[in-house]
Amino acid sequence: MKKRVLPRVLLLLSGGLLLLSITRVLSGANDLTSTGTMSAAFGLAVPIGLAGLGGLWSERAGVANIGLEGMMILGTFGAGWAGWQYGAWVGLITAVIFGALGGLLFGVATVTFGVDQIVAGTAINILGLGLTQFLAKLLFTTAPGGGATQSPLIYGELPTFSVSAISSPLTQLQQKNWFLISDVSGMISGLFYQLSLLTILTVALFGLTKWILWRTAFGLRLRSAGENPWAAESLGVRVNLYKYLAVTISGALAGLAGAYLAIVATGVYRGGQTAGRGFIGLATMIFGNWRPGGTAVGAAIFGYIDTLQLRDDANIRGLVLFGTLLIVVIALLLLKSGRRNSGIAFMLFGIVMGSAFLSANSFPPEVAQVAPYLTTLIVLATAAQRLRPPSADGIPYRKGETH
Amino acid sequence: MNYLRRAGSSLVAPLLALVLAMAVTSIILVAFGSDVGTVFQQMWFYGSQASSIALILNLATTYYLSAIAVAIGFKMNLFNIGVNGQYLLGGMAAAAVAGHLSLPGYLAIPITMLVAIVVAALWAGIAGWLKVSRGVSEVISTIMLNFIALGIISYTIIRTNIGEEIAVNVRGTRKIPTSGQMPGFTFPNSDTQVYGFIFIALFVGIGYWFILNRTRFGYDLRASGMSPSAAVASGVDSKKMIAITMLISGGIAGLVALPDLLGSSHTYTLNFPNGYGFTGIAIALIGRNNPLGIAFGALLWAFLDVSSQQLDLVGVPQEIVTILQGVTVLAVVIAYEIVRRNKVKAQQRDVGLALATQEAGA
Repeated sequence: MKKRVLPRVLLLLSGGLLLLSITRVLSGANDLTSTGTMSAAFGLAVPIGLAGLGGLWSERAGVANIGLEGMMILGTFGAGWAGWQYGAWVGLITAVIFGALGGLLFGVATVTFGVDQIVAGTAINILGLGLTQFLAKLLFTTAPGGGATQSPLIYGELPTFSVSAISSPLTQLQQKNWFLISDVSGMISGLFYQLSLLTILTVALFGLTKWILWRTAFGLRLRSAGENPWAAESLGVRVNLYKYLAVTISGALAGLAGAYLAIVATGVYRGGQTAGRGFIGLATMIFGNWRPGGTAVGAAIFGYIDTLQLRDDANIRGLVLFGTLLIVVIALLLLKSGRRNSGIAFMLFGIVMGSAFLSANSFPPEVAQVAPYLTTLIVLATAAQRLRPPSADGIPYRKGETH
Repeated sequence: MNYLRRAGSSLVAPLLALVLAMAVTSIILVAFGSDVGTVFQQMWFYGSQASSIALILNLATTYYLSAIAVAIGFKMNLFNIGVNGQYLLGGMAAAAVAGHLSLPGYLAIPITMLVAIVVAALWAGIAGWLKVSRGVSEVISTIMLNFIALGIISYTIIRTNIGEEIAVNVRGTRKIPTSGQMPGFTFPNSDTQVYGFIFIALFVGIGYWFILNRTRFGYDLRASGMSPSAAVASGVDSKKMIAITMLISGGIAGLVALPDLLGSSHTYTLNFPNGYGFTGIAIALIGRNNPLGIAFGALLWAFLDVSSQQLDLVGVPQEIVTILQGVTVLAVVIAYEIVRRNKVKAQQRDVGLALATQEAGA
């Protein structure tokens, strides 16, 4: 029996949008669903989503990858270094190669030598940081427009697309601030407004990942290395080869995420540019239950909340109200399904948040700063039992050993 | 003989790793046209001066505490990635309280320490609770808690009256009065103070060794790490062990902020050194969770950090030591793995040989 996932996702999506719409009307924070907000949110979601996708490839083959951050840093440096000299396109390719090399090194440690994966990931993070800081100081300090921690401007840009036939009329509709209609049009026009090539590529990569990992023999073998490598080996799957491929692809995707930050988001390599996005990507992947669709949703939520803290202060108040409504809805659902204790806990939490909303006219930006992490923690706390990581995730595998 | 062989083989791996790391670093230096000899000479020259040694000891004190906090979790396969957030939060709370204490030092300092320990332990306890009752991996929850701690800290310092304007455009907790600061000592020919907290770190190291090797709790903890199923079968309450270990790890993490806080900064600002928690992970790995090994690792790491500070003067970016450190961590774990495999092979050979001679004799 095949479970129908799509209707549930659509239901969740439309429910969320309805709630957001109610929030906007109640709080008067009209920027919550504006074209600008939505467009920025998609932009911020891209690097997080790519990092999450990188984590997904690696963990599906049974290698827990907390080295994503380091590989992403290598990507930002590669993009800045090559992009400054040879243009954005070469920068993009170099970033992917640098990330992949980081992944390959991670593979040597975890697959060939079978060392603890968390440990190797930590080492890659230190190494990526040290290597790029060292090289940046050496190569960019004397370069025109560069500095000890920053590359000169990357010349040339990757193409962006605006389908103004769609986004212009919808933006007008959005600015009318009608209930629901304006929110839907804001969301859609945000999708088609100043779309970077890398954003389109990211969406395609999500689809491609889903297809490769779940619809091809190659994907089945790769996932079998993450579920039960001993059985897979006995059936003739070259487990270590698949693990190597997976961590290298993982690194390449993290490098691509770095390329987005350097080329599209800022136009330079800058030290500390990744700001923990590799870890956030990992969180979205877990949030998304080690699946591409869920990871994409997680990245979108992180990107959205990230955007709100950069924009209008009123948005943060809106965000608090949205959180309150969401929690109350979850509480009611829990109570209805008979999980009384969790339901009451959520209801109390919702009441606390609701009274905070009513008593304060503005909220500090720190609320939005911690919101994505808090959300992930709450999701994990309520859904951890239903999440299902690959069975052999994080376990070193040695050919010939039994388990 | 057997003991010597064991001691020898446990030294082989870290030495091998260090040599490999230095080789890799040298190759990078040569590739970018630097003179390897000058670099290492400069590091040794600067790092062996009296004032540098004081700085190294101070940094090593902090690293040691951080690594012990990580190691106690490692001993039972708990990855406390959250030491960073725990020490920052505990340190801020301790600084906030200590700034308002007008008590003699023998009361004020223990109270400050207690606040740091309790706050950090409770913060780590959230991850422990999530793991025990909800099955959430501590790796992820502590990463999330790190970010949340940063948000709470910046809110508290910037927007509440716990933070005060201590200098132009700098907000921090109220300066700790002289009576609440921790005295240190100086070496001859140097006016850099060595933190008095170094003795507390030593005490923590001894305590760590004692608890692990001489108490029932330590035995249960090591058993849970080596074989969770066997430990449970012998009556260890694994959930209780996870919760307690997480609390202890967090409590020790709380101390990480104090050498700097009580010894030099005396106030907590948003510029308080961040990242000791991650260094602690690396040092715990280098030291194999052994209190002496960690001391060695902390001193090495601190030496590299301090001695590299003047490298920029000879035209080599000081970040070369971060590369050296990263390669060391990677090489150490790989070297231990190779040594372990060889040991297993040697054991199998010995057993095979013994069996063969037995059969031949019979």
